[in-house]
Amino acid sequence: MSSRNKLFLAGILTAGVLSAPASAFDFGRPATPAEIKLWDIDVDPNGRGLPDGSGTVAQGKQIFASYCAACHGDNGQGGIKDRLAGGQGTLASNMPVKTVGSFWPYATTLYDYIHRAMPYPTPGSLSTDETYAVTAYILSLNGIVPADGKVDKESLPKIRMPNRDGFTPEPEFDPAKLFRRK
Amino acid sequence: MTSDTKIESLPRPADVSRRGFVGGLSAGILAAASEPARAESLADVPDRGPGADLGAHSERSRFVKLDRIPEATPGKRNVDPSDAINSKTPHQKLVGNITPTDLHYERSHSGVPDIDPAQHRLLVHGMVQKPLVFSVEDLKRMPSVTRVVFIECTGNGWENWKKADPDVTVQNTHGLVSTNEWTGVPLKFLIDLVTKDKGAHWMLAEGGDGAGVDRSIPLTEEIVNEAFVAYGQNGEPLRPAHGFPMRLVMPGFEGNLNIKWLRRLKFGTAPWMTRWETARYTQLLASGKARQFQLRMETNSVITHPSGMMQIQPGYNRISGLAWSGHGKIAKVEISTDGAKSWKQAQLSQPVLSKAQVRFQMDWVWDGKPTKIVSRSTDEQGNVQPDRQSFIAAMGTNALFHYNAQQTWSIDEAGRVRNVLA
Repeated sequence: MSSRNKLFLAGILTAGVLSAPASAFDFGRPATPAEIKLWDIDVDPNGRGLPDGSGTVAQGKQIFASYCAACHGDNGQGGIKDRLAGGQGTLASNMPVKTVGSFWPYATTLYDYIHRAMPYPTPGSLSTDETYAVTAYILSLNGIVPADGKVDKESLPKIRMPNRDGFTPEPEFDPAKLFRRK
Repeated sequence: MTSDTKIESLPRPADVSRRGFVGGLSAGILAAASEPARAESLADVPDRGPGADLGAHSERSRFVKLDRIPEATPGKRNVDPSDAINSKTPHQKLVGNITPTDLHYERSHSGVPDIDPAQHRLLVHGMVQKPLVFSVEDLKRMPSVTRVVFIECTGNGWENWKKADPDVTVQNTHGLVSTNEWTGVPLKFLIDLVTKDKGAHWMLAEGGDGAGVDRSIPLTEEIVNEAFVAYGQNGEPLRPAHGFPMRLVMPGFEGNLNIKWLRRLKFGTAPWMTRWETARYTQLLASGKARQFQLRMETNSVITHPSGMMQIQPGYNRISGLAWSGHGKIAKVEISTDGAKSWKQAQLSQPVLSKAQVRFQMDWVWDGKPTKIVSRSTDEQGNVQPDRQSFIAAMGTNALFHYNAQQTWSIDEAGRVRNVLA
C-alpha cells in the first residue's frame, strides 16, 4: 500500500466511515480467468456450470460399486451413510425416507454435489464423465433415467425430479418474490 | 447483572435453610466442580502457599471438567468421534453469556481441515466488475467490525421432535447454539471492492472443507449490512473447528450459512439450489411438503440451571438460562414453575445484545412437590417462543430442523430434573 493510501485509510478508520469508495485502496489482487475456472465449480438448476462430457448408467454402476457402495449400499440402500434410492410416497408419513428419488428437487444438484463432495475420502477425484455416469446411475436406481440411459449437460437440467414441486419457500426469503419490488 | 441487584433479589436469610441454599447452588453453578464442598470449618481450608510456575497460557483448574460431547443424529448419542456429525456445548456447566472458545458447538460436514493460512485464498467473483483474490493478511488490513453473536445449528433441539428421552442433559437437547465475539471484514466492504452488479441479489458462499459446503444467501439490506467475513474469535484467530482462517458470520441466521473455511463468494441472480439448501436444511411438514429458505433462527430460550439430570433440594433455588433470537434483541423471558399455568418475568443480564444469547435468572423457593419448569422468550419484534403443542401443530414432527418450542423440565418429589415434552 502506498503511504498516500495509508493516510486515506487512517483518516477513514478514525472517522469510523466504512462507506467511502473502497476501490481507492489496493486490497487483494485481480483474479485471472484461468484460476477462476479452476474454482468455479457450482452448477445451477438451469445447468449453468455443467461441463462438456457425458456418462451412462452402465458405466455409473461400475464406478458406484468401486467408490460409493461401501458407504451407500449396493443399490444406494442399506449402507452406513445416506440412502440414495427409494422412499417415494413416504414424505407425509411418520417415517419419511428422504432420498435423491423421493426428495431432491433438481438433478443438477446431484452432479454438483458428487463433483464437489464425493467420494468422501477423495472429493473431486472422479472425472467429468465418471461424475455424469454416477449421476445417471443414481437417477436410474430411482427410475428417473432408464437402465440404458445417459446424461450430459443438455439432458440433466431437463430432468424433472419426482419431488420438484415438494418445496414451499419461507415467505420472507421466497426467491420468486424477494427483490422483485425494487 | 450487578451483585447489588442479585443481593436485592435473594430471599431473606430467614426464608432459606442452609441445606436448601447449598443444595440449590450445587445443582446449578457448582455442578461443574468435581468435588463436593468439604471444608465445613474454616480450619479445614488448606493452608496457602506458593503455587505453580506461570505459564505461556492458562489451563482450567484440575477441579473443573468441561467438555463438549460429539453426537450424531437424534437419539444417536455417545457415538465414536469418527461417527459424530456435531459436538455440543455443555450449557449445564456454563455461566454468563459468552461460550468459551473451545466449547463453542461444532457442526462439520467433512471433518476439520488443517489449513495453512499463508496458502489460503478467498475468491470473490461472479456478477462483479472486478473479481479479486484475497489472502488472510489482506483481510486483516481492512477496516473491521467486532460483534458478539450467537450461532445456532438448525438442528438445535432436534432430540425432542418426536419424543423426549428423560435421561438427557441440556447439552444433549440445546448444545448446538453458542455465543462468541467475532471480528472480521464487513461483507459490504468486500462487495464494494469488487463492485458488485446491482442486479446480483444472491451470493454463493463456499467453504474449503472436503465437502465444499456451499449455500445461497439472499443479499437483503439486513444481510448486506450485518454479515462479515471473520478471522477473529474471542480475541484470537478462529479455531480450526470454527473455520480457521476465515468464515462467514451471518448474525441471526442458520448456522450452516455461516460458511467455515470460506474460500469463495460468487454473486448471481438466483439461488443455486445446493444440496444443503434442498436435500438437507429444509423442513418437512406434515403435508409432505418441505419448507425451504427458512433462513432465520427463531426466538428461543432454555433453562440451564436446574436442567436435565440435575437434582435439587427443597427451598431456595435460582433458575437461570439462556435466551436468543435471530430477529434481534430479547425483550423478556418469562418462567413458569407450575407447568406453564402461571408465568413470572425473569431478570436479564445487561446489556442485552441483538442476535446474541442473554443470561436470564429468577429466584424460586421449591416446596418439594413434583412440578414442571419452563421458560418462554419474547423478542423485540414481538415474536413469542411457542409452546410445544402449537409448535407441533404448525410444523408436524418430521421437520428435523428449526425446533424452537418451549423446553420443559419435570422435577419429581426427590428433586430429580428430567426432560419432558411439556
